[in-house]
Amino acid sequence: MSTRAVRIVKVFVFLFCLAPALLMLQQFRTGNLGTDPVASLTHYTGNWAVWMLLTGLAITPLRRLTPKLGWLVRLRRMIGLFAFFYATLHLLTYVFLFSGFDLPGAIDSVRLGHWAEVRQKWLDVWPTLVDDVQKRRFIQVGLLAWTILFALAVTSSQWIMRKMGGRPWQTLHLLVYGAAALAIVHYWWLVKKGNLEPLRDTVILIVLLLARPAWKLVQQWRGRSGSPRRVGSPAL
Amino acid sequence: MLNLNSPEFASSEITPKEKFLNRRNLIFGGLAAAGLASEVRKRLPPIGMPTVAFAASKLPTQPGSFSLSGEIVTPKQKATTYNNFYEFGTDKRDPSENAHTMHTRPWTVALEGLCANPKTVDLDTLMRYRPLEDRTYRFRCVEAWSMIVPWVGYPLAELIKFANPLPTAKFVEFISFFNPGQMPEAPSSLGFPYREGLRMDEAMNPLTLLTFGSYGETLENQQGAPVRVIVPWKYGFKSAKSIVKIRFVAKQPETTWNDLGPGEYGFYSNVNPTHDHPRWSQAHERRIDTATFPHTVPTLPFNGYGNQVASLYAGMDLNKFY
Repeated sequence: MSTRAVRIVKVFVFLFCLAPALLMLQQFRTGNLGTDPVASLTHYTGNWAVWMLLTGLAITPLRRLTPKLGWLVRLRRMIGLFAFFYATLHLLTYVFLFSGFDLPGAIDSVRLGHWAEVRQKWLDVWPTLVDDVQKRRFIQVGLLAWTILFALAVTSSQWIMRKMGGRPWQTLHLLVYGAAALAIVHYWWLVKKGNLEPLRDTVILIVLLLARPAWKLVQQWRGRSGSPRRVGSPAL
Repeated sequence: MLNLNSPEFASSEITPKEKFLNRRNLIFGGLAAAGLASEVRKRLPPIGMPTVAFAASKLPTQPGSFSLSGEIVTPKQKATTYNNFYEFGTDKRDPSENAHTMHTRPWTVALEGLCANPKTVDLDTLMRYRPLEDRTYRFRCVEAWSMIVPWVGYPLAELIKFANPLPTAKFVEFISFFNPGQMPEAPSSLGFPYREGLRMDEAMNPLTLLTFGSYGETLENQQGAPVRVIVPWKYGFKSAKSIVKIRFVAKQPETTWNDLGPGEYGFYSNVNPTHDHPRWSQAHERRIDTATFPHTVPTLPFNGYGNQVASLYAGMDLNKFY
């Protein structure tokens, strides 16, 4: 695919990735976030973060299917950054809504310039957050996953990649597998027992992870059978 | 006294859920495979989703006791589209979309076990056994959200007195309806039928309501039609839905959530802001009322019913018997 065509595709993919956030904003503005908007926002942003992560991880196996799909790798950074974007919205939803923080009240206080009230609202909710991080393992793994995505996002530019050098950069960015696995563990630990909702995303992640060793095996087998096939880039 | 020959209600008529295309479906339908689109659609917050219309019928009621003051009643639309009823799926919108498949007539409730007067009672007879009261209660889910719901029913104690339990009966077990054909969404990982239980004195407490309706009308299927209990000082899952058996037993019965996660869902499960769920704080709750964005309010011990029920647990360590 030509560079020009990839650019056009990138614009569409960008809009497609942004659409869920815009839709959410629209629902917020029109009061259509359902009966428990805090729960809706939390689940919605969390789901999209996981789906963006899985989409990013799907690129390598997909492009290995045929050399014609090689250009897909040029979408990967953007999709990864969208995963970070949704994970950050998810984290903000947790900190400012799910925690019990009185966000509507705080916004009113800010408008009126009552900063002491804002501070008090924050102090009210702070112990809950500390407690969660200290005690609850699903919060811990979720926070760890976000931290990894944060590290990957801030090192995602070409400039930093060159600064770091290809190998160390690549090693760092292997952590995306850890982030995806932690996100899925976070999902399993937060749903009630007996709720199999995370199963589908888990299966997809396992398939995407198994696709890598499977591809290596196929390559080895091809190498042994003597077909003169050039091995692709050793990247992810 | 119960009369077993009274006429039955006609089966409640069910309006099938209308499925119409909305703009979102068209957008995703155009971009992705239909299967993917439907998956995505299921995860989106319910914008412009049609509310399932059931034929709920008015119930003759009289004003009841334990009224609340200064709390805003949750709109019925919210109370009937945000339910936990795993037999119809694990998403809170699933029950309102799927529960129409449950047949709530004919329906009988079996009173059995350690009682002098075991009997299988037809629902309509049961409903007329005592005058129906309007009782507006706080409803606190273990997931840290709450509603204010006007229920319709009479004290469970009335039915227990009719069954006349033996002195050896220390607990009351509730068994919910289960029919995989009518509940295809039920996850196999939970052991159905759903089972719940109360200690005899809890079941006899005047707050414990044998519930046939809400908002002055018969219960919607997703709320646990045609008959359930409401135990307002306990987390919502203790209030068993769609009950078919009430059994009087000597030992603490096994209950569905307690079996699944004894560390998370105790047998007592009294609302207790100082005893956290292992995965979240129980100190606050999101109050689902008329506000678009729910306020967070402090959770009260025994859900605010301490005056009525705290004495039941005198001397018990409520952090041990949570």
